Amino acid sequence: MLKQIEGSRAVAEAIARCRPEVICAYPITPQTHIVEGLGEMVKSGELANCEFINVESEFAALSVAIGASAAGARAYTATASQGLLFMAEAVYNAAGLGLPIVMTIGNRAIGAPINIWNDHSDSMSMRDAGWIQLYAATNQEALDLHIQAFRLAEELSCPVMVCMDGFILTHAYERVDVPAQDDVDAFLPSFEPRQVLDPAEPVSMGAMVGPEAFTEVRYLAHHKQLRALELIPKLSAAFQARFGRSSGSLVKPYRTEDAETIVVALGSVNGTIQEVVDEMRDAGVKIGSLAICSFRPFPLEQVRDALRHAKRVVVIEKCLAVGLGGIVSDGVRNALSGIVLRGYTVIAGLGGRAITRAALRQLFRDAGNDVLEQLTFLDLDEGLIQYELEREAQARRSGPTAEAILRRVGTVASQVA
Amino acid sequence: MFQVRIHGRGGQGVVSGAEMLSVAAFVEGRYAQAFPSFGSERMGAPVMAFCRIDAKEIRLREPVLEPDAVIIQDPTLLHQVDLFKGLQEQGYILINSTRSFGELGLRDFTRGFSEFRLCHVPATEIAMKHVGRAVPNVPLLGAFAAVSGQIRIESIVAAIHEKFAPALARANVAAAAEAYAIVKATRETANA
Repeated sequence: MLKQIEGSRAVAEAIARCRPEVICAYPITPQTHIVEGLGEMVKSGELANCEFINVESEFAALSVAIGASAAGARAYTATASQGLLFMAEAVYNAAGLGLPIVMTIGNRAIGAPINIWNDHSDSMSMRDAGWIQLYAATNQEALDLHIQAFRLAEELSCPVMVCMDGFILTHAYERVDVPAQDDVDAFLPSFEPRQVLDPAEPVSMGAMVGPEAFTEVRYLAHHKQLRALELIPKLSAAFQARFGRSSGSLVKPYRTEDAETIVVALGSVNGTIQEVVDEMRDAGVKIGSLAICSFRPFPLEQVRDALRHAKRVVVIEKCLAVGLGGIVSDGVRNALSGIVLRGYTVIAGLGGRAITRAALRQLFRDAGNDVLEQLTFLDLDEGLIQYELEREAQARRSGPTAEAILRRVGTVASQVA
Repeated sequence: MFQVRIHGRGGQGVVSGAEMLSVAAFVEGRYAQAFPSFGSERMGAPVMAFCRIDAKEIRLREPVLEPDAVIIQDPTLLHQVDLFKGLQEQGYILINSTRSFGELGLRDFTRGFSEFRLCHVPATEIAMKHVGRAVPNVPLLGAFAAVSGQIRIESIVAAIHEKFAPALARANVAAAAEAYAIVKATRETANA
């Protein structure tokens, strides 16, 4: 059924159709509307056979989800930013135990400085925790990925994070097709746990494993992700067969045939990138883009296939690996081992800075002329950097950086963008 | 694509206004995208929200930088925020005010604009009368329907019913209808 609703509401409706049995909720912007929506549905009885548990922290949220999943319940939670950091230990445990929890990340920056806006620093910090990570480009895809995520998680017995850009997607009203319950039921069978805490057949979970077998347990976690590389495209195809639209899969190439420049990115910025690609194609520029939907497992082969005939690749990243540059770029370089092309990393959209068509146009032009630095910060205010560096050089006790920068920038409430 | 930027203050329903406009466009079978300016909204702080309407799927995610219409819910922002930044030359300006553009000091700025695309309407007063709260968002949507012809008043009414519980919806529909009628009447007088 077509609806014009908020992204968070769309996800809540998708989750409800997946018939979760336990939802653990702790509010943090920008994911709050998702669990609020689910809370209302549980209270009204619209979402039946589901226990909605208000917990005291994010650490508790995921810990309760771990317990629920181990007891054989389909478990769901959502978080963002510092909330994900606060549950970090449980994030690793959920994956290490192989529990098929699904968690939404409403992507948001990490402080300090405090910032509630969108970037990918939160989910990127947990990229190697053993969870599968899928990034949605639109609200429709966010909705669809959650339905696929439960099936993926349960088939592999591995937790899945569905990452959607905070505010840009979570708070955007747009058209989504909310599937019928029957179709979701047909696509997503009931949860048959591989392991379950059952008094009738007691097992223990969470054994201590020493050097004699720790490597093997970790290898098996990696092996599971390699199987996910095969399963994700199959589930995406099965989803398309039932629901009639393409959502998810490993990567999505856009006008990459014969492209000399290919732009790689995760999440909602792909929409704006495609707009600019179309404009430049109309002007005769051979440019295309590649959306990476599955970041863990990282689709090395598919990225390699998509990029191998290009002359250059521009990776746009909403997270800075401080002291290095880009995280996605690392994976892309890995994928291109042995292939010679120019690689550019662009850090963009940090802490909610808008990524505009104008900025991307100029960026792609510079890339096409190969006048980009290997590492570029999109729309960086170099005058402001210079000012602060000089100010800090003047006195030993120069004081806090963020406050000094804010004084220099002045009031922002009056700025449109 | 038609792009709208709504300016107001926290508590005036700026974000809901953009959302309702997107629902109204959806009701008409068009694609629409509404989103807030992502600030940490507080009562009284300047707030922005955006709405794009198109016949095809909207992929663009940047803020509305080149609006076709600017809706100003709070005229005290005129001296505080760069409200008209990027506004297209033949764009629409709607202001919640009992005062005219000239009285608001905007005569010079709006000299190049068609007078049929400029509209001031006492949206707060209309909201107080029907809803009992200073929420000018819905009357301004009614006025927008009258001025721009970009959206039908029936679609705005449908969006109001989707957003509010029945009693509140009825009050808001009355507010939208009055603003629509006031603006339509001034247009017809001007045309006569």
